[in-house]
Amino acid sequence: MASKKTYNDTLGESKAAGLLVRLHIDLPLLLALLALCSFGYIVLLSAADSQVGQVERQFLRLVLAFVVMIAVAQIPLEQVRRWSLPLFIAGVVMLVLVLFFGEISKGARRWLDLGVVRFQPSEVLKLAVPMALAWLFSRAPLPPGLLRILLAVSLAAIPIVLIARQPDLGTAILVASAAGALIFLAGLSWRLILVLLGAAGAAAPVLWMAMHDYQRRRVLTFLDPQSDPLGAGYHIIQSQIAIGSGGIYGKGWFNGTQSHLEFLPERSTDFIFAVLGEEFGLVGILILLSLYLLVIMRGLYIALRAQDTYSRLLSGSLIMVFFVYLFVNTGMVVGLLPVVGVPLPLVSYGGTSLLTIMVGFGLLMRIATTTRL
Amino acid sequence: MAVANRTRYRRALREERPRPSFTRRRLALATLMGLAFVSVMASAFYRQILETDFLRHEGERRFLREREIPARRGMILDRNGEPLAISTAVATFTANPRRLVGNRQAINELAAALDLEPEQLNQRVENNRQRGFMYLRRRVEHHRVDVVREITNRYNLEGIGVETEYRRFYPGGESFAQVIGYTDIDDRGQEGIELAYDQHLAPKPGRRRVIQNGRGHIIEEVEQIRPPHHGQDLRLTLDRRLQFFAYRELKRATLEHQAAAACAVLIDVPTGEILALVNQPAFNPNASRTETADQRRNRAITDVFEPGSTVKPFVVAQALEAGLIRPETRIDTSPGTMQVGRNRVRDIRNFGLLDATGVITKSSNIGVVKIAQQMEKEQLWQMYRNLGFGSRTQIGFPSEQGGFLSHFSRWSNFEYATLSFGYGLNATALQLAQAYAVLAREGSYLPATLVQDQPRVGARPVFSPSTADTTVKMMETVVSVQGTARRAAIPGYRVAGKTGTAKKAGPGGYIDGSYQAVFAGIAPLDNPRFVLAVMVDEPGGDHYYGGLVAAPVFAAVMQAALRLYDVPPDAAQESLFLRASTVQ
Repeated sequence: MASKKTYNDTLGESKAAGLLVRLHIDLPLLLALLALCSFGYIVLLSAADSQVGQVERQFLRLVLAFVVMIAVAQIPLEQVRRWSLPLFIAGVVMLVLVLFFGEISKGARRWLDLGVVRFQPSEVLKLAVPMALAWLFSRAPLPPGLLRILLAVSLAAIPIVLIARQPDLGTAILVASAAGALIFLAGLSWRLILVLLGAAGAAAPVLWMAMHDYQRRRVLTFLDPQSDPLGAGYHIIQSQIAIGSGGIYGKGWFNGTQSHLEFLPERSTDFIFAVLGEEFGLVGILILLSLYLLVIMRGLYIALRAQDTYSRLLSGSLIMVFFVYLFVNTGMVVGLLPVVGVPLPLVSYGGTSLLTIMVGFGLLMRIATTTRL
Repeated sequence: MAVANRTRYRRALREERPRPSFTRRRLALATLMGLAFVSVMASAFYRQILETDFLRHEGERRFLREREIPARRGMILDRNGEPLAISTAVATFTANPRRLVGNRQAINELAAALDLEPEQLNQRVENNRQRGFMYLRRRVEHHRVDVVREITNRYNLEGIGVETEYRRFYPGGESFAQVIGYTDIDDRGQEGIELAYDQHLAPKPGRRRVIQNGRGHIIEEVEQIRPPHHGQDLRLTLDRRLQFFAYRELKRATLEHQAAAACAVLIDVPTGEILALVNQPAFNPNASRTETADQRRNRAITDVFEPGSTVKPFVVAQALEAGLIRPETRIDTSPGTMQVGRNRVRDIRNFGLLDATGVITKSSNIGVVKIAQQMEKEQLWQMYRNLGFGSRTQIGFPSEQGGFLSHFSRWSNFEYATLSFGYGLNATALQLAQAYAVLAREGSYLPATLVQDQPRVGARPVFSPSTADTTVKMMETVVSVQGTARRAAIPGYRVAGKTGTAKKAGPGGYIDGSYQAVFAGIAPLDNPRFVLAVMVDEPGGDHYYGGLVAAPVFAAVMQAALRLYDVPPDAAQESLFLRASTVQ
C-alpha cells in the first residue's frame, strides 16, 4: 500500500512538472513572486484601510497580472524578438502623440486616451527599450563596436528624453537604467565607462539647469528635509518617522499610527514601504527584501542560463529594471534617495506598473523554459 | 527523467560557458545590486534600531496632543439672581463618514436629531465616504448631545464626536449693554463688568490628551490631565426690572426730545446700591460687534457734565449746618443781576425778595451766591469733597471718571460764586446720585456699589440729620406748583428734587443753544428709599429745561421703583379723595 502511494505521488509530481514545462512556467520564480505578492498584499490591506474598494480592486489586478504573465510566457521567443523593433517604434510614436494630445493629470502629460482605454505609453517603453536594444546587439557578435553602441545609446535616448519631458522622472530613470544595464552587459569597454562617468559628472550642472523646478526642489529637500517640513520635506519626514518608530518588531498589523492617523502621504502607493517598516519593523523589512532578493537571484540565474544573446541581454536588463524599481522606491522611503514617484514593485497599489512588470516576468519565464534551439 | 535532464543541462552549461567578460559584467551588476541592498538595509537598521526612540517620540508628538477642555465663564446676575450674562454650551458634532456610509436608518435619525435634511445629510456622507472625518453640524444647542449619544449607542456607531464650546449671551440686551460690556472671541472681558471682573468670571479650562490624525481631527480621547474649573458667578446690585423700565423711559425721552445722549442712575438709599444705571444711545451686545464708540460709552460713569443748579441744595444745606441761615431767612435777589468782581451773575428773571426755601424753589443763582458768600471757600470745597465730587466712586468700573473740582486756594471770587450754582466743577450722573443719596440718608455718605457681597465701608456723616431733613423738605417745593419741576411729582408720594439746566461747555467757552437737562430727586420723603439722577444731553426739541425734559423721566422711573418695591405712599391721601370728590 505504502509503496503504491509513493508511486502515485511521484507520478503526480512528474505530471505536474510536465504541465509546468508545457506552460513554460518557472516554478521557483512563480513561487517567489507569489510569496512576494502575498506578503505585499497583507501590507496593502492595512495601508489601504482608509481607501474603500482599493483592497478588492488590487486583488483582481494581481490575479489578472499573474494570468497575463503566464499568457506572455506562451509566446515563443523568436516572435518576441521579431516584434522588438516594431514595438519600440510604436512606443515612441505613442510618446510623441502623448506630447501633443496627451491628457494632463497632476501637472504631467502622461496619459493617452484611446477611447476604450487610457494608458501610459511610457510603460510600454520599459519593455520595448530593452527588447529593441537586445535585438540590436544580438544581430552581430559581441562585443559590439563603438558605432553600434552609439546607435543603441541614441535609440534609447529618444524615448528617455520624451518621457523625462512629460515630466516623469521616475519612469525615465527606469528606462535609462534598463538601457544602461543592457549596453553594459553587451560589452561596453571599461575605458569608455570611465569616460562616460567623467562626462556624467561634468554634465551634472547642465542636468541641474535642465531640471524642472519641482525636480530641483525634490533634490534639495532630500538633502535637507527640515528646510521645508510642511511642503516637499513632509513626505520624507513622515516616512522616516513611520519607519523608525517601527523598531525591530514593528507596531503590529493595522497598528501603525503614521499610516492610520493619515500622517503618511501616499501610504498605499509610493510610501507603502514605510507602512511595512512601521507595522512590521526591521523584521518585516528583512522578510520583504529577502523575497525581492529571491526573485532577483532567480532572475539573474535565468539570465545566466539563457540560451542566446538576445534572451541573455533582455533578461539581464529586465531584472535590472525590476531592481532599480525596488532600489529607487525603498531608497526614497528610507531617505537614501530623493523623492521620485516610483512605486514599490508588485506591492504598491496600482495596476499599470504591476502589469508591465508581470509581462516582463512572463518573458523571463519563457526565457527560463526555452532550451537551446 | 527530470533529474537526468537537469544534469545534462548543467554539463552543457559548463561546456558552453559564456565569455568570461560577460560573467564578470554580470558579477559587477550583482555587486552593485548587493551594495544597494546593503545600503537600504543599513538605512532601515539605522532608523529602526539606533534612531527608533527619537523617531517614535517624533511620531507621538504628532498624534498625541494636548487639547483644552472648555470651561464655562461665570454668570453675571442681577440682585434677584436673574441672569444678565450667561455662557451657554454649544456642541459641534463630527462623524467618520467611512463608518457611517450606507447606514440609512442611523443617518435619518441623526438628521432628525440635528434638524438636518435626511437626504442632504446622506448625500454629504456619500460624498465624504473616502474620508475619515466630516462635520455633521456645528455650534448647535448642547441639549442635542444626549439625543445624539442615544442614537450612537443604539446603532453602535463609531466615529461620532462632540466638541463643546461656550457662547456668551446677554439676556438683558441693550438696556444693560454698557454696564455688562462683552467678551471677545476668546471669551475674555473687553468692556464693562466683563472687563472689570474678568479674573472673577474667567474659567480655568482643563486639559486632556487626545489622539489626533494628520488632518488635526481628534480621533480618540486618551486621558484627562486637568479638570476644567468653571468661572465664578457675579451678582450685581442692579434690578433687571428697574433697569429695563429706566432704559425704556430714557429711550423714550431721548427720542421725544431728539437728544444726543442721556443717562440715569437709580440708587437704593439705605445701602448705596445702584439699582439701575442706563444710557442712551446703546447697542445690542448679542449682535456682532458693529457698535460705535458713542454707543459703547457708559455715560453715567464715564461722561462728566457741569451739574448746574442741582448742587444748590448742598450749598443751602452747608449754610444751614453752619447756622448761617434758616429756611425762612430772607434774601434779596433783585434786580435779577449781581456784580461779582468784574463779572455778572444772572437769574432768569427778577425773583425779588425770597426766603432760603424760595431760592431752591425758584433756583435763584443770586440767592445761592449770597448764601455762599457768607461762608469760607474752604467750607464749600470740603463739602463738595465729602459728597464725593472730584474723585472716582468705589464701584471699580473701567474708565470711570472722577470729575473736576479744583482746590479752593485757586478759586477767584467769581469762580467761587459760579461753583455755588454748579459751574466750574463737573461730575458724572453717578456722582450726582451718590451725593443726593447723602441728603436722603440723613446726611451720611455711603459709597455707591454695583457688585454685591463686597466689603462694606461704614457711613460717614456729611450733614447732621436735621440739616439733611430740613434741606430735603425745602427741595420738596421744587416739585410744587411754584417750583421748576412740577412734572417730577408722583401721585401718592412726596418727592424732593432739584432741576439743573447747564449750558454745555465747548472748546471755546459755553455753547449757545446747547444744554444739558438734569433732574436729581428723592422719594418718598417719609423714610427716603430711592435717589434718581437723570441727565439728558443736548435736547434738540422745543424744551431744554431740566424740569421739562429730565423731570418726567424721573417721575416715571421713580414711580415704577416705588410700586415695585411696595414702598408705602406718604403723601396725604385726602388729596386723592378730594380729587375724586371734585370729579363727582
